[in-house]
Amino acid sequence: MRLTVKLFAVLHQVTGVRETAVDLPDGATVRDLARALWERYPGLREHARTTAYAVNAEYVPDSHPLHDGDEVALIPPVSGGAHV
Amino acid sequence: MFEVTPQPLDPQRAVAAVRRDRDGAVALFLGVVRDHNQGRRVLYLEYDAYPAMAVRKMEEVAAEVRARWPVDGVAILHRTGRLEIGEASLVVAVSSPHRKEAFEACAYAVDRVKQIVPIWKKEVWEGGEEWIEGSLVPVPEAAEPGP
Repeated sequence: MRLTVKLFAVLHQVTGVRETAVDLPDGATVRDLARALWERYPGLREHARTTAYAVNAEYVPDSHPLHDGDEVALIPPVSGGAHV
Repeated sequence: MFEVTPQPLDPQRAVAAVRRDRDGAVALFLGVVRDHNQGRRVLYLEYDAYPAMAVRKMEEVAAEVRARWPVDGVAILHRTGRLEIGEASLVVAVSSPHRKEAFEACAYAVDRVKQIVPIWKKEVWEGGEEWIEGSLVPVPEAAEPGP
């Protein structure tokens, strides 16, 4: 299956990309995708503990099964609004 | 009205969008860029967003507000890109027949925007910059394994 991956804020900064395509075998989960991305962009690994995932614009656990064509976003801790 | 835009925010648009003739109150909140944070002099902020998902999450915040208070309209606008000191990054407007509900609902909506809406700010000061890590988003529990 082919997935579209979106990277934001600090995760965009450490990888240098905002969007990339990843091919994974059928049956893969978000966790499998994360491992594939860590191989490609080692800088993501140090943010793994604070990275959340969204599939097709909904937050999901990392056990979530992926499907061909899914859009997966890596979401660092959010900080909208003005200063806390 | 739910928007993520690089254009300057117009609070009056949000007020007009939420006000009904039966309302006696419109609570309006502006989040604005201030010139310092944690002892550093801030030059400007830069916001990144996942716009399609951000708008969906703003709608979710509004649904939570409606489930808790008898409000009429809810508007949430967030700006992206570079913002100078004093500019508004966030506008939240909530209308209701009476002020108490409008105040409470508006404060709740602002808090929830900061918790679940996928928007990020980078602080730029003299000699450096940093993406600010705010709230870890609450991720749903894994579903029960199927048969």
